[in-house]
Amino acid sequence: MRVIVCLKRVPDTGTSIRIDISGSAIDFEGVKYIISPYDEYAIELGLRQRDASDDGELALVTLDDMSAQETLRKGLAMGADSAVLLTGDFDMDGLRTAKALAKEVESAEAELILFGIKAVDDDQQQVGPMVAALIGRPCVTGVLSFEILDGRAICCREVDSTTEVVEVDLPAVLTIAKGPHEPRLATLKNIMASKRKPLEVKAAALTESRVCVRGLFKPVSRPPGRIVGEGPDAVPELLRVLREEAKVI
Amino acid sequence: MNMSDELEAELREQVRKLCKRYPEDYWQEHDRARTYPEEFVNELTDAGYLACLIPETYGGSGLGMREAAAILEEINRSGGSAAGCHAQMYTMGTLLRHGSDEQKERWLPQIASGALRLQAFAVTEPDAGSDTTSISTFAERDGDRYIVTGKKTFISRVQQSDLMVLLARTTPREKVTKRTAGLSVFVVDLRDAGDAVRVQSVETMINHETNEVFFDGLEVPAENRIGEEGEGFAYILSGMNAERILLASESIGDALFFIDRCQIYANERIVFDRPIGQNQGVQFPIAEAYIRTKAATAMRDQAVALYDGGEPCGPAANMCKLLASEAAWEAANVAMDTFGGYGMAVEFGVERKFREARLYLVAPVANNLILSYVGQHLLDLPRSF
Repeated sequence: MRVIVCLKRVPDTGTSIRIDISGSAIDFEGVKYIISPYDEYAIELGLRQRDASDDGELALVTLDDMSAQETLRKGLAMGADSAVLLTGDFDMDGLRTAKALAKEVESAEAELILFGIKAVDDDQQQVGPMVAALIGRPCVTGVLSFEILDGRAICCREVDSTTEVVEVDLPAVLTIAKGPHEPRLATLKNIMASKRKPLEVKAAALTESRVCVRGLFKPVSRPPGRIVGEGPDAVPELLRVLREEAKVI
Repeated sequence: MNMSDELEAELREQVRKLCKRYPEDYWQEHDRARTYPEEFVNELTDAGYLACLIPETYGGSGLGMREAAAILEEINRSGGSAAGCHAQMYTMGTLLRHGSDEQKERWLPQIASGALRLQAFAVTEPDAGSDTTSISTFAERDGDRYIVTGKKTFISRVQQSDLMVLLARTTPREKVTKRTAGLSVFVVDLRDAGDAVRVQSVETMINHETNEVFFDGLEVPAENRIGEEGEGFAYILSGMNAERILLASESIGDALFFIDRCQIYANERIVFDRPIGQNQGVQFPIAEAYIRTKAATAMRDQAVALYDGGEPCGPAANMCKLLASEAAWEAANVAMDTFGGYGMAVEFGVERKFREARLYLVAPVANNLILSYVGQHLLDLPRSF
């Protein structure tokens, strides 16, 4: 089974984010990158399918600049077999990104194309379903786990705390949420092997962008905490504050 | 970044990621119950980190001291403790350097996979201490086997090992012309030892399994002897540089753990309407501990470069062990001062690491012996003991 996982690198969730001088973009100077966490779940599920078949293969695809090779190597260290870096200047135009990825994955003849449900930097949740539409494949979103049975993917997804089981014909596009299978850690051997695995770099076929960010604003700082009193005597005042000011009860 | 820098950076990141799965609660729980961090050691083994120094031919990764040092440093920096498993990395060095091809084929692949644990190194004795050539545990040749009788002390991780490297006399000291002669090294299969090996735990102030080990007529097949009979002292010495560099790396990790914690706490803790880190009395000791840690790291890196380059590294290995253990101890005390009463509180994790960091001032070699080594061998001063 050939599996493709489309991933995105995002600033490390522990990184302190600064807005650059333009006021509409992040200052990427010194930012450390990771694979978007949901994409790691996608890689994990992809690897499980790859390993379950005798001739399995898992390829990673991303759209980014040359420095994203380091991130792809992290995916290769998790166990992926190969990677493709589509170089180009991507932005908030999800359809533009989806078109570039669709062009790549369409020709790859994969039975499964996996995405993380969303990238944790822009939270748009657009690209996976758009790629499915562009290549004319069915799409299931928010998949927690799946198994392959007779050429179909049986997917579990969570809807309002209820598990919904969805069957879909292959080839299909699945977007993966945080499910029961924790992404594996890279082993030392895979870290070393990742340096030797094929990583192809080619120019992305990007169309004109039609979406731009006008401004980025940091959240307003929270007011300092307040002690409303001490002991049982403080309960009435606490209730009043929660009811009238915080409006949470 | 060249390939080696990239690999080291990647290794550090992946080890940190693994360690994140074992937070403070995990280590506190094991510390409280005095239990072995089995889950952590298993995951580290499965990921291949403990086999990093074993050549690829035998199932390891064939990496060098640089990478091994980085792995142990990151474990300790994360708040964990590598002491429960670090010896699985380097005890096999005696076998690797001096064992026969047959012995290496027999044991190394299983050590690399973790199927066999070789992390006990039986040298120290109650009446010999650091004076290794005075050990009295004796291995008497009897046909195709040796019969071992004697007693060892402070032998760590015996209860978490399948195999143990043992140093024993094979010629009485009074019958050798050089006191370093007549000592031999054996691989003891603890699984077959039966009642001939008794192990008694030594309770300590940290969660570190160490033991007294009694040998009462233990039979060791002659084929388990490493190298030539009587040449064991040199074989043991050749492994000590690796041990010192690696434990120095753990101390550096400890020091950075304390400094990381101090940095956060001194910035966040507000007293008299300002962060306590604004006070020079708090800030300067942290800065000083950081500088001393950097100095120890520079010396460690020098030792690593010499070791990986195949150059003599005894002086650098010893000096980095002393500098790193002292830097960690200084940082530990600075952390206790910075945290004040909270430093004593178990939930903050500082007091556990404080206890653990103390060990490396005296183990695996007492720092006084390093001073003595430097005085005698590098400065040509009279032998001090």
